[in-house]
Amino acid sequence: MANIIEVTDLSYHYPQMEQRPALQHVNFTVQAGEWLAIIGHNGSGKSTLAKSLDGLLTPDPQNKGEIKVAGLTLTDETVWQIRAKIGMVFQNPDNQFVGATVEDDVAFGLENRGVPRPEMQERVHAALKRVRMTEFADREPARLSGGQKQRVAIAGIIAQRPDIIILDESTSMLDPKGRAEVLATVRQLNQEDHLTVISITHDIDEAAQANRIVVLDDGQVKETGTPAEIFAYGERLIEMGLDVPYAERLKTALRQVGADVPKQYLTEEGMADWLWTSHSKM
Amino acid sequence: MDITFKDVAFTYQAGSPFASDALTDINLTIHDQAFTAIIGHTGSGKSTLVQHLNALLKPSAGTVTIGERVITPETDNKNLKPIRQKVGMVFQFPENQLFEETVAKDIAFGPMNFGVSEADALQRATEMVQLVGLDTQYLERSPFDLSGGQMRRVAIAGVLAMKPEVLILDEPTAGLDPVGRREILGMVERLHREQHLTVVLITHLMEDVAAYADQVVVMDRGQVAKTGTPQAVFQDVAWLQSHQLGVPETALFAEKLKQRGFQFEQLPLTEAALAAALAPQLPLTKRGATDE
Amino acid sequence: MNKLIFGRYIPGDSFIHRLDPRGKLLLSFYFIGIIFLAHNWQSYLLLFLFTMFAVLMSRVNLGFFIRGVRPLIWLILFTVILQIFFTRGGHLYWHWGPLVVSQYGLVNGGYIFMRFVLIIFMSTLLTLTTPPLQLSDAIESILKPFKVFHLPVYEIALMISIALRFVPTLMDETEKIMNAQRARGVDFGSGSLSQKMRAIIPLLIPLFVNSFNRAEDLATAMEARGYQGGEGRTKYRVLTWKGQDTLAVAAFAVITGLLIWLR
Ligand SMILES: Nc1ncnc2c1ncn2[C@@H]1O[C@H](COP(=O)(O)OP(=O)(O)O)[C@@H](O)[C@H]1O
Ligand SMILES: Nc1ncnc2c1ncn2[C@@H]1O[C@H](COP(=O)(O)OP(=O)(O)O)[C@@H](O)[C@H]1O
Ligand SMILES: [Mg+2]
Ligand SMILES: [Mg+2]
Repeated sequence: MANIIEVTDLSYHYPQMEQRPALQHVNFTVQAGEWLAIIGHNGSGKSTLAKSLDGLLTPDPQNKGEIKVAGLTLTDETVWQIRAKIGMVFQNPDNQFVGATVEDDVAFGLENRGVPRPEMQERVHAALKRVRMTEFADREPARLSGGQKQRVAIAGIIAQRPDIIILDESTSMLDPKGRAEVLATVRQLNQEDHLTVISITHDIDEAAQANRIVVLDDGQVKETGTPAEIFAYGERLIEMGLDVPYAERLKTALRQVGADVPKQYLTEEGMADWLWTSHSKM
Repeated sequence: MDITFKDVAFTYQAGSPFASDALTDINLTIHDQAFTAIIGHTGSGKSTLVQHLNALLKPSAGTVTIGERVITPETDNKNLKPIRQKVGMVFQFPENQLFEETVAKDIAFGPMNFGVSEADALQRATEMVQLVGLDTQYLERSPFDLSGGQMRRVAIAGVLAMKPEVLILDEPTAGLDPVGRREILGMVERLHREQHLTVVLITHLMEDVAAYADQVVVMDRGQVAKTGTPQAVFQDVAWLQSHQLGVPETALFAEKLKQRGFQFEQLPLTEAALAAALAPQLPLTKRGATDE
Repeated sequence: MNKLIFGRYIPGDSFIHRLDPRGKLLLSFYFIGIIFLAHNWQSYLLLFLFTMFAVLMSRVNLGFFIRGVRPLIWLILFTVILQIFFTRGGHLYWHWGPLVVSQYGLVNGGYIFMRFVLIIFMSTLLTLTTPPLQLSDAIESILKPFKVFHLPVYEIALMISIALRFVPTLMDETEKIMNAQRARGVDFGSGSLSQKMRAIIPLLIPLFVNSFNRAEDLATAMEARGYQGGEGRTKYRVLTWKGQDTLAVAAFAVITGLLIWLR
């Protein structure tokens, strides 16, 4: 499949920051329709990377890197075109809710792009339906849960019909129910509408959804691999800013009681199979 | 110091057209020196419940007995300070309460409000900042220059500096990365074990409940749906799931293993417990309990 | 928090609720103007009946209107008493130095009182039946002609609507921070004035810092969603003038006519 995002030798240095740059020589690509997870400890540069892709940072004069989104190279001229192709959902549900009500918020991006009103209404309703928030259309944000607000944010993105959705720790402030709802919505967009998903996360269930995982550490890409490859790091995942998958935690505990557990990554299902096979051998 | 709820109800904005019942019919005891976990989904009344533990909210009906003090709907707002000192409360996203120029001053703020001298309060700040796992070099930094996780630890230090007997934490790990979560929970567990603090923890992380709590309180629509040891509460996986409550992953996994034919006397809740229960049912290598 | 009472808008579906906010806003101002046409008890009675009719039509509890008068009651009484004690004319009931109680004074005092009550009732009716957001839409629409003078009408309206949207959030946050500081031993609202002032610092600083961070996040989110200023934007929310709005204007015209006739 074609690459929808190509990042070549990207570095970024916050003007206020004296010491090391927030991003250093980052290279990676994202394929159209792919779900890519980005993990890394706090301060490793994940948000900086996400904002760079959308042209949301003041350009760094020392930076020579290049970002290409859907064939367009990111410059001052193309930035608005590129923003139209990317939808971003941020961490704090409250701080990205612009409209006074749910439907106003969904319409905000369309208003900005000068979409005619009849079309706008159509798109807003369709988008709200997609995230199952239609009955909340005239609610104020103060009367929504965190998960609902994030789904409204996603509806605002759907309405703009972008190719890519970037979630920057969008589920981290939610309770388990809200997290599951948001994740289900994103999964649907990825599978049915073939939207490319980039999700920055500390959540193991969210990372497990991805086709590939990129590990950032101190502004550098440290590792890229499938979830199975990355999850095999076991306890070391903690330093990479990710929870340890359950099967890996159980393996550690089993080793401690003297069981000879396999080295490679096992899903929970795989772990249960392995346990049962070993048990039967007794 | 025990804290006891007797027939407690609470209504927000009572008497106005916007009145809403947040708690009904609460009977509950938080035992001295116990580690109590409060679970339940958002809006079930957990935060409202714990704000009664230090009399930030007074019951609309019933009584809350905090040590010697009895709080009723008629209790007036004076003289509640001694309770606030004995029952320390860490709110959700406590980093939002920092305001002083330096970390040291912010931590000293609480104790000084309770009449501790400035010198003693700053001394406590030095102790507490280390207790929450930060270097003393941070004392003279501005709290606003720290990372989110560090700010949160400073805020917790500010509550610990009041030397409370009871420590309440309202979702203290929300929004943190796994390292931050481990550090904070580890610290709470240490305080409970070493300093015998009574701990009340609101959380959605069932693994932590299973690993640390002595007592679990399950809230559901403003009522106490269940209380008991984690062992007792998590035994009934189907009931928890029907109430859309989380279950420790070990319990879920053990249920799966049961279906395949493994047997457990009682449902294990932590990986260590599961491993111990599985050990006799697996071929072990001779290497035994060595960690690699 | 009393987030739902803010702006004291009471949700409803009455005739008054459904009126175009532009009409409501302009007519409320117009009403203040025509009150000054009233100079006898007949015209005040007419205005009173008209106002009560509007109040009843809104189907909002009368208590809310009376509550609107309460905070201003001292100002009203003060003005009324001045009016009574310093107006001469007609029968003189009582006097002491420069102070008098005369027939005209009593009558004028009564009129002034009525004027206050009517204005408060009418403006309360506006805020009780119009969501703040619609008011901001109305202001935007009314200000539109001033665009020729380079008044950034779009931006002003967006600012008002964002400010309104964040009022409940800020109120929630204020309550949370107050509780957090109370738990650290702060006593809000007790002690001397200087103690009270000092207690407010641990509230204001976090509130300020959080709002600043919020504003920064919000600006980023808006930019990511393609916001480049008012130029070329379309509007999702539009106001439509309907027959009922013309009817309301006509009612005011009739009242104006009657007032002139009653003079
Ligand atoms: N606006 C900013 N000004 C200066 N430094 C910043 C800014 N935002 C982030 N940084 C710094 O850049 C580094 C990377 O931050 P960030 O991209 O936010 O990491 P992450 O999202 O992985 O936690 C950190 O060291 C952080 O302190
Ligand atoms: N300050 C408040 N004013 C009015 N209602 C509130 C307030 N705080 C909470 N509530 C309501 O009380 C109920 C319980 O909320 P809360 O105790 O915060 O639950 P939890 O902490 O379990 O999420 C909810 O329905 C919530 O909407
Ligand atoms: Mg980040
Ligand atoms: Mg809560």
